[in-house]
Amino acid sequence: MSGVRVLVGTRKGAFVLTADGTRTDWEVQGPFFPGWEIYHVAASPADPDRIWASQSGGWFGQQIQRSDDGGRTWNAVGNDFSYATVPGTHQWYDGTPHPWEFARVWHLEPAANDPDTVYAGVEDAALFRSVDGGQSWSELPGLREHGSGPHWQPGAGGMCLHTILPDPRDSDRMLVAISAAGVFRTDDGGKTWRPTNRGLVSEGIPDPDAEVGHCVHKLALHPAQPETVFMQKHWDVMRSDDGGQNWYDIGGDLPTDFGFVVDVHAHEPETVYVLPITSDLEHFPYEGKLRVFRSRTGGHEWEPLTQGLPQQHCYVNVLRDAMSVDGLDECGVYFGTTGGQVYASADAGDSWAPIVRDLPAVLSVQVQTLP
Amino acid sequence: MSRIRVKLPTHLRRLAQVDGEVTLDVAEPSTVGAVLDALEERYPVLRGAIRDHGTRRRRAFVRFFACEQDLSHEPPDTTLPDGVTRGSEPFLVVGAMAGG
Repeated sequence: MSGVRVLVGTRKGAFVLTADGTRTDWEVQGPFFPGWEIYHVAASPADPDRIWASQSGGWFGQQIQRSDDGGRTWNAVGNDFSYATVPGTHQWYDGTPHPWEFARVWHLEPAANDPDTVYAGVEDAALFRSVDGGQSWSELPGLREHGSGPHWQPGAGGMCLHTILPDPRDSDRMLVAISAAGVFRTDDGGKTWRPTNRGLVSEGIPDPDAEVGHCVHKLALHPAQPETVFMQKHWDVMRSDDGGQNWYDIGGDLPTDFGFVVDVHAHEPETVYVLPITSDLEHFPYEGKLRVFRSRTGGHEWEPLTQGLPQQHCYVNVLRDAMSVDGLDECGVYFGTTGGQVYASADAGDSWAPIVRDLPAVLSVQVQTLP
Repeated sequence: MSRIRVKLPTHLRRLAQVDGEVTLDVAEPSTVGAVLDALEERYPVLRGAIRDHGTRRRRAFVRFFACEQDLSHEPPDTTLPDGVTRGSEPFLVVGAMAGG
């Protein structure tokens, strides 16, 4: 029976949670890199034993760790994320120019077919790539130099590039998302980029439907239907049916359409999950009830999934990289909270149980379906 | 050549996979910059963790102490105190005190 490995990044280290296909009994390993912030842990689709971790901290900066044995042992690889060109300025929170400075790697996206190739989305926003197993990193500067960079601004967490979505059918095409700039798309392997934010409306910027400046929190797509892209924006749950070129609101009957995570069922491209958060000022579940909402219709109509989740006095948050799905026959859904719980559902969200309850605040959850 | 004892904070010892102090041979006159160069040469994983890759400036939350002196703000060509060059005192790389 195949199994799953849940890769968890937290404020104080990384954890690896492993189970067989029943997803009932879990082995917990960690903390790895104790005391460090682990923004993301991601496994290579091309080699299940190769796992990457972004390890960072205010004192000693950025490290990238690589495991070649499924997370048992790790080695630091290259950590030089120097911008390819002089980066200039972006907008600060008050709209004034602010120097572009590397802070950390938020998201790692291993390539589908090559275990030595991995992309890194960083703060201040830029996209890097390694093609030598992480020993060296090169920026794809066409994104940062798109021309709109001086108008990008940080969200509350920093000006981060947090989502990297390669098109599974076209290796030259990729979407990335930046908070707070929006979605950008390349059709030439990363040489040139264009913003694809038509249809987004944001009240926090002077021109609500501007070409850039939108605080996109997360994107997700199903590999069998990559033209359909789902978005959790600062406010609004959105959908595109043309690879991100045009967006429309699918929030429908959600109790609130603020949130951070969005993901898609592994086998049903029109089944989508979000976890509504009360508001931009109240980063906790609406009414203190931890509810995942599922739409089986690609949006608009949402059902609350509550079985096994706390339905009172719950004031945790679920951050943008902290939801993931597995690829087993009965799709598993997972998310982690700032309260240190990692919840799992082995039945597509119908029921939930905690795998662990008392980790440090969870920054990311990535699930690896084992062969 | 001076043999310089260097004491690293826990996070950097784990990165470098060392226990306790490390000892480095540093050409005379031994300076703050020369010790850091030798340290990064011996342990490449520490590049970028103490000084910025590009500017080589000390990271903001890292400090350098020796013989009860704060050398954090001294230029890289500052000569180390006698106690450090004689080996009786270590050169301390310290994570700035902060809670959380």
